[in-house]
Amino acid sequence: MTRTAVLIRLSPWLFTVALLAVWEGAVRFFKIPMFFLPPPTAVAQAFIEYSGPLARNSWVTLETTLIGFALAVGFGLLLGLLVGWSRAIYAGLYPLMIGFNAIPKVAVVPILVLWFGIGFIPAVLTAFLISFFPIVVNVATGLATIEPELEDVLKALGASKFDIMQKVGIPRTLPYFFGSLKVAITLAFVGSVISESVASNNGIGNLMLQAQAQFQVPLIFAGLVALAIEGIAMYAAMAMLERRMTGWAQRSGFAQS
Amino acid sequence: MSAFVALDGVSHAYGGAAGGTLAIEGLSIAVEEGEFAAVVGPSGCGKSTLMKLATGLQFPFKGSVQVAGEPVTKPVKIAGMAFQAPTLLPWRTTLENLLLPLEIVQPHRSELRRRRNEYVARAKNLLTSVGLRDQGDKYPWELSGGMQQRTSLCRALIHSPQLLMLDEPFGALDAFTREELWCVIRDLHAARKITVILVTHDLREAVFLADRVFVMSSRPGRIVAERRIELPRPRDLEVTFTQGFQDIVHELRAHIVKARQ
Repeated sequence: MTRTAVLIRLSPWLFTVALLAVWEGAVRFFKIPMFFLPPPTAVAQAFIEYSGPLARNSWVTLETTLIGFALAVGFGLLLGLLVGWSRAIYAGLYPLMIGFNAIPKVAVVPILVLWFGIGFIPAVLTAFLISFFPIVVNVATGLATIEPELEDVLKALGASKFDIMQKVGIPRTLPYFFGSLKVAITLAFVGSVISESVASNNGIGNLMLQAQAQFQVPLIFAGLVALAIEGIAMYAAMAMLERRMTGWAQRSGFAQS
Repeated sequence: MSAFVALDGVSHAYGGAAGGTLAIEGLSIAVEEGEFAAVVGPSGCGKSTLMKLATGLQFPFKGSVQVAGEPVTKPVKIAGMAFQAPTLLPWRTTLENLLLPLEIVQPHRSELRRRRNEYVARAKNLLTSVGLRDQGDKYPWELSGGMQQRTSLCRALIHSPQLLMLDEPFGALDAFTREELWCVIRDLHAARKITVILVTHDLREAVFLADRVFVMSSRPGRIVAERRIELPRPRDLEVTFTQGFQDIVHELRAHIVKARQ
């Protein structure tokens, strides 16, 4: 490995360590009180001390997120194909979807609680509602950008709209679709944690809310760390899936140079 | 004998019949079976519209279109098309790209599973005939521009169409590759006795390849001149440097200059 390659390999760790060092140093130097901003060492201590509850609640949050995300993938894919299929459906649904997407999902949670009670279901639904939009938009974009010449070639052979969708539309949409999953999974986490911290007895969101009520500030931060770890893991999983499924679309050396 | 492709007094507009922008107006053209026809004209003269009308992708609001003796009321299916952009599918290998039309057009569509080996052999033969032997397993983006365009031509021919429609297929290639592909097309036409309509703005290309060249006016397009090219076949690239060839190109150029005004 060349020096640059080693540096690139190490740089995520170096940056993380540097951030933690600056944080620790600043807290000590400015004598920031523990209940305002705990230093990383205190957070780490809380992380170990409460590893049991953290693991249990992380698991709940992960489960909630993944179920909401799975719903979003199914629904987003279907709606995206529908919107990409016909200009009339596109014109009709697009303003509605934009409007819906503009609504802060935290404002929807009380309604979900009204319908389903507090707990698991509102959290799953919030994760779903917040994460399907990017999937719809990306799938529809993939379909909308089919080359007209290619469409002509196939139509002249007597291809039906369904044929064109199957042979060209769906395969060419896949890179857009898998790309959108990375955004969607991150948003799904946001959704489930929002709902947990407003209306649940479980999950990291709830754990952080309780820690706040008891002024256990290091535990709040430990909760954030747990969420960040889950988020990175899921993002990495989606990125890997994307590379495996649509390697043909990622041959550019642009980002490597 | 009536013409294989016949457009008679055809007018076509975009954006709703007579009210929209006229793309072509009162256009008549007749191409015989097995003939190589070239259509030249200033840019934006409705050449591509002509292609769409002749293949049944669009229908005129005035005049009639006939292909192989039948009025055109739906996509004609006996045509293969190639464009300036090769439009190959990047997730399919070259060979799989060639098989695409067979997955669409009948009767091949229903027989694809049963006769797959035969079709693959046919695709490989076709690739060999355009100098792409052993390139079938490569992806389109692993091929050069000229090779991609050859593949696109093969895709247009795989279902043995009776009519080949070419819309500036060599426009994006460098001069040497372009002349190479002229010869490929020339040989394919000679070997298959297929009817070809080539839309181009390259006069040398038109004169070298065609039996007859049609000149279109600027928009709304119609045919303003027709020139039979009597140069003997098979034509060698050398012919393009002869005085006779140059004279024809000059003559056509004069028509185009007039058409642009």
